Amino acid sequence: MTDLIALEGLNKYYGDYHALRDIDLTIPQGQFFSLLGPSGCGKTTLLRTIAGFEAPSSGVLRIDGRDMKGVAANHRPTNMVFQSYAIFPHLSVAENVAFGLRKDPRSKEEKGRAVGEALEMVGLGGYGNRRAHALSGGQRQRVALARALILQPKVLLLDEPLSALDKKMREQMQVELIRLQRQVGITFILVTHDQEEALVMSDRIAVMFEGEIGQMDDPETLYRRPKSRRVAAFIGLMNFLDARVGGEVSERKTAAPERPTDDPMLTRFRRQIGLLPKAPKALPEYVSGIEVEVAGLGRAVLPKERVPEALRHTGCTVGIRPETLAVLFEGEQTTSRTVDGVVDEVVYYGDMTYYDVRIEGVEKPLTISMKNLIGRPVLEVGAKTRVAWDERSLVPLGH
Amino acid sequence: MASLGRLGDDAKRAIKLVSVPFAYAVLLLALPLAAVLLFSFWTQDFLDIDRTFTLRNYQEALGEPIYRQLLVRSVLIAGSVTVVTVILAFPIAYFVSFHVAPSRKSLWLFLITIPFWTSYLIRVFLWKVILGYNGVLNTSLLGLGFIDEPLTFILYNANAVVITLAHAFAPFAILPIFVALEKIDHSLIEASRDLGESRVTTFLRVTLPLAMPGVVAAALIVFIPTIGDYVTPRLVGGPNGLMIANMIQTQFLRLNNAPLGAALAIVAMLCVTVIALLFIWLNRKWLRSQ
Amino acid sequence: MSLRIYAIAYLIFLYAPIALLPIFAFNDGTIIAFPLQGFTTEWFAALATTPALHEAVQNSLIIAVTSAVLATCLGMCAARAGTMEDFPGKRGVLGFIMLPLVLPEIIVAVSLLVVVVRVFGLTLGNWTIILAHTLICAPFCIAVLNGAFQNLDRSMEEAAMDLGQSRWGAFRLVTLPLVAPGIISSLLISFTISLDEFIIAFFLSGNSPTMPVYIWGLLRFPERLPVVMALGTILVALSIVLLTVAELMRRRGLARAGLKDTGGFL
Repeated sequence: MTDLIALEGLNKYYGDYHALRDIDLTIPQGQFFSLLGPSGCGKTTLLRTIAGFEAPSSGVLRIDGRDMKGVAANHRPTNMVFQSYAIFPHLSVAENVAFGLRKDPRSKEEKGRAVGEALEMVGLGGYGNRRAHALSGGQRQRVALARALILQPKVLLLDEPLSALDKKMREQMQVELIRLQRQVGITFILVTHDQEEALVMSDRIAVMFEGEIGQMDDPETLYRRPKSRRVAAFIGLMNFLDARVGGEVSERKTAAPERPTDDPMLTRFRRQIGLLPKAPKALPEYVSGIEVEVAGLGRAVLPKERVPEALRHTGCTVGIRPETLAVLFEGEQTTSRTVDGVVDEVVYYGDMTYYDVRIEGVEKPLTISMKNLIGRPVLEVGAKTRVAWDERSLVPLGH
Repeated sequence: MASLGRLGDDAKRAIKLVSVPFAYAVLLLALPLAAVLLFSFWTQDFLDIDRTFTLRNYQEALGEPIYRQLLVRSVLIAGSVTVVTVILAFPIAYFVSFHVAPSRKSLWLFLITIPFWTSYLIRVFLWKVILGYNGVLNTSLLGLGFIDEPLTFILYNANAVVITLAHAFAPFAILPIFVALEKIDHSLIEASRDLGESRVTTFLRVTLPLAMPGVVAAALIVFIPTIGDYVTPRLVGGPNGLMIANMIQTQFLRLNNAPLGAALAIVAMLCVTVIALLFIWLNRKWLRSQ
Repeated sequence: MSLRIYAIAYLIFLYAPIALLPIFAFNDGTIIAFPLQGFTTEWFAALATTPALHEAVQNSLIIAVTSAVLATCLGMCAARAGTMEDFPGKRGVLGFIMLPLVLPEIIVAVSLLVVVVRVFGLTLGNWTIILAHTLICAPFCIAVLNGAFQNLDRSMEEAAMDLGQSRWGAFRLVTLPLVAPGIISSLLISFTISLDEFIIAFFLSGNSPTMPVYIWGLLRFPERLPVVMALGTILVALSIVLLTVAELMRRRGLARAGLKDTGGFL
């Protein structure tokens, strides 16, 4: 795959305000790429720079190998779906979709057919004669998509395209956008502040803060291995614990059972009925890694590659996701390490229950999410419990 | 201009665009005003302008009882017009904003604005017809037996000027107040009622303070042009209803004493500005004390 | 309820003078007072045979049309700039352009008189009135057009450019059709203001008066008053028609932009 879009050292200033700071970025052809970040982080500015509505103060932007310096928006191989959709209210749906075809040399009939096909593609077949202001939010969105895609751009830019829709419509459009992107094979660049949207839809996500790209990865890596505290805090829920990172150690350790994230009871059950091979006898094994002393949880040894060089021998923050922790119910056994705690708050979500559990040595209670499986009780505030945790879910975070 | 380089393209285009009307306003407003200022420091003897700098015009404008009296009267009349107009206008704005169905609001506003756009001269003249000795008001009141002889206190004096101007500037007062009232979030009023305030105290503690910017705008937009009104005092004011604008006109077009006229105009403008600023300042103080 | 009664009383107060116009315009008597004398169309007929009036009307029309066009052009520049990105001093600059709205007209009249006659030694004429009317109408145009431009989604033009139009093409194909009702409404309002303006025309007109200046002259002759009433009736009818058109335009503009009516010209 070749890189369709390449940004090198891109900067944008508004007066003294540094809106984009040294952005380096490449996006391969055909990717669904998302720019994710809180409002004011520069994601929309970056998108508008690619579209040609903002000129970068310095740096290079190439689309399909061609330097875009001095190329106006109307001459770029990009098209945009605006946050407000910008459907021309004085034109009909078909006229809106055909707007970009004015200089197209094809005959009127052919253009009409193309418009029909484009509308068909976004599920608006037969809507051509409607007036734009008679459309619902979701329909406007589709018109905006058809209007941009009919020009077969190299890149489709989407500026918070789903933010104006209600939750249900949004979820439906997410799926449709993915389908559409697969179908047309065009590179999509989506700007969003909604982390869930970004995780669901993208092949790759760049998380932006204050004009910088904080981290750029595929959704899973971004979620499981955030590199910094602000990325971790922005995407999903994360508990943060103070930690001291020591040096490299090598010590004897028992091998962990495979599929450790599964319910241990279930694993044992599966093994008994023969679904899983018998657990290999735990052989004494020497593991080497970095020693980390985590407040409230205790000592852990993490694989070397997981602890960035810069963090060694310093104090740092360790993140741990709520779903990788578990509260233990009375009489429940576990092979994981545990700490004692007291339930501080219970929030019941139907499929899940979120517990805030206070443990010794940590000021802020740990948030723990538990699936409400059949027969599993919901603990009450003030209940004494144990919290099970696993070294492998600890994420040492830079600043 | 060094800082211009750091502005966005859009801002640069905006500056280019705005420079056209701005240049027009500079050429046709700022420069002429500067010329008037300059003139006010000169003197004129019949047709010759004496260009030596002097404060004589100002001494005359402020010292001569006739000019001082006209100025004081203009301020008083404009003040009364402002008070009357705003007090009359507020309930209308309140009514349209709070008691008229949203779909009919623009109809009401349209009805209110229409009289404003019809010939000002003729409208003022018609007040003369209404208020006159044999006018519509007197003949009707006589006919109905409310009075025995025609009322005389309503024409050719300051009262007539106040009534006529209050009519002429009605929409100017209603619209800003209406806009301010429209901006008030109605849940604020419900919140106040919910917190135990009565209808009246809610109005005084919530609605009125929030509508105050509109009232201030209304007062200024009425006060400032009225002080310089020429037609109304001439038509319905009588000798005791004349205002400063009439004197400015006399100096310029009749007595051919442009420098004195200019000085009077400058004094009137300064007066307006000082009073307007004072008013804004007092209002700020009042709002803060609330 | 009492508020509604007050509102209606207020409307009567607003309309009382105008309501009298047609009454006296068709009254067969030279004294403008009750009781009425009988019906006549004589005064309207007199209008048709007054050459001085025709000349005044012609002057007024030339002035009103020209200043309406000029003021609307200026207003479009300012309103568009006002809805674009901020630049240093924007509020001050726009405030200064709006200044004639709150300046006593006599000041504008006097200052222009000084410049034209005393400083440049030029003769007065329709052009001086046009310049001044453009100045005082521009703030009204800006107020009307601000509404039109503010209702316009900035991304509309960007969308047009994104779809291949040049900046000018985007303006012509998207912006202009969307603000057209505002432009018409601005033209009509400034036309009406200019047509009715007296003080400035009084100071700045040369040998041939405008219509209000002509009417002002007539007001001194009691026997000509019924003619003024007839003229006034026509003017009122005309301005009501013009304003209704302006209002309908404004509403259509809102409907076209798919917006809710928030009311009001200004």
